Amino acid sequence: MLNRKIIDTIIETTIFICGILSIVFVILIFTFLLKEGLSFFKSFGITKFLSGNLWLPESDPAQFGILPLILGSILVTLGACVIAVPLSIMSALYISEIAPKTLRDILKSFVELMAAVPSVVLGFVGMVTLVPAIKNLLNIPTGLTAFSGSLILALMAMPTIVTISEDAIHSVPCQYKEGALAIGATKWQTIRRIVLKAARPGIIAAIMLGIGRVIGETMAVMMITGNAAQIPSSIFEPVRTMTATIAAEMGETVKGGIHYKSLFAIGLVLFAITFIVNFIADLFSGKSKK
Amino acid sequence: MFKLNPKLSQKLAYCLLFCSMLLTIFPVLIIIFIIVKNGASAITWEFLTAMPKDGMRSGGILLAILGTLSIVLCAISITLPIGVCAAIYLNEYAKDNLLTRIIKLSIVNLAGVPSVVYGLFGLGIFVMYFKLGVSIIAGALTLSIMELPVIITTARNALNSVPHSFREASLSLGVSRWQTIRHIVLPNALPGILTGAILSIARISGETAPILFTAAAFYVPHFPHSIFDQVMALPYHLYIIATQIPNMPKNIIFGTALVLLMIILSMSFTAIFLRIYFRKRRKW
Repeated sequence: MLNRKIIDTIIETTIFICGILSIVFVILIFTFLLKEGLSFFKSFGITKFLSGNLWLPESDPAQFGILPLILGSILVTLGACVIAVPLSIMSALYISEIAPKTLRDILKSFVELMAAVPSVVLGFVGMVTLVPAIKNLLNIPTGLTAFSGSLILALMAMPTIVTISEDAIHSVPCQYKEGALAIGATKWQTIRRIVLKAARPGIIAAIMLGIGRVIGETMAVMMITGNAAQIPSSIFEPVRTMTATIAAEMGETVKGGIHYKSLFAIGLVLFAITFIVNFIADLFSGKSKK
Repeated sequence: MFKLNPKLSQKLAYCLLFCSMLLTIFPVLIIIFIIVKNGASAITWEFLTAMPKDGMRSGGILLAILGTLSIVLCAISITLPIGVCAAIYLNEYAKDNLLTRIIKLSIVNLAGVPSVVYGLFGLGIFVMYFKLGVSIIAGALTLSIMELPVIITTARNALNSVPHSFREASLSLGVSRWQTIRHIVLPNALPGILTGAILSIARISGETAPILFTAAAFYVPHFPHSIFDQVMALPYHLYIIATQIPNMPKNIIFGTALVLLMIILSMSFTAIFLRIYFRKRRKW
């Protein structure tokens, strides 16, 4: 029979390896994107890539200017945030501070179910209901606009922001609230002046994570923003995001060709953006735990 | 200046918060209602169990359901053991040092990488570099890396909720650290790990972007023979019939969306229900 100690050592080594696998995967993803990205930058300059305002990968000569795609992503994300952030924070306040216990549990579970609705389903329903409605309502040539994308993405950001900021609001120490109530503040004054302030780092972390989710969202955006690679002049025009470009064009590229590599370069930019967004979120959520 | 009475402003504010709550949950309820209303008529026994016919315009979606099932089961059986081990490491062994901080930062960032970037990565490494081709296994590996941070986080929470005194009691009897984890900590954390796993299965069942270039095929007219085959997948199938096929009957698209939604919501619902049940039964 094998010695117990040896078995323990083998198992503990396996556990350790699994523990550091996350680091391995992050490095692998980064180096893989970097490898393909760098080989793309060698044949098409990085400044031309980042500042070019034409994305014409199949024309001759091919143009790989990512600017319209970045602007598309930013526009859709900003629109989604303007809608989702205030609604989510107010909902989180309602769930955490006002709703009675039973209702609170039901609402929290429902928000969790909301997060499970797949983006392709939301994209499809948006495509057949929202897009024609926006076209008719605003009397514009097409309903496939950045605005339609923002509306659907707001739905996808809300569960993230509500859940995480609800946690932050709920973990505000009771003494803070009791102190305010004891000196005669109303419950609403306490919520607004004390609870919101104390929960602020957690709420900021929630917003950042919501933004991260929206920037990376692919299917719904691809189905309802019109996919026109142009610099938009208003939110009621079609746009094309970075994620949609990768998903829509990868199927048609020659594997290993310059167009294929350019999509990895977009992936690299996306990776960098989400890395920064999540890093900021992590800083704030660390702060809120103290 | 006109100043609102605090009582009145509280009433107004509560009203506002309540309305935001409604605005947050109503759109999703309406979307579910639209799908059920338009899709219910398409759901027949044939729709669920037949092969696709007539350029997917009629027939059933069995192949897409089975395809998704095989990718997802394959993915969870890879990611669950790794994720639970990683959670055990972080919760039971890791000291508060630089390595641990880097691991935690990596997990946060893995969780934030966009799904389409996972798709790119899977295409580059599994499909091209390891030459697995567009296959169930390539898609499953891609999804398993994507789901790893979620599994680690939920498993860690489950382990963390096992009281410290349980471990101390076992260790003080001279039981080794691993034996304590194996016989005391893990059994008590199992319900939490289980609900986390079900929620993960639900989530990856609906993912489209990561399998777009790694596993999913437009149309495969037979059952998968091995894990190295391409398959049809339910979310990708929905995308295809909603955007690429002209004259697609609307009720078939809604029916497909309804099946996908029901699979995912019933799993999530089961997980939430189990969690409530286990919490009530918990002895500590």
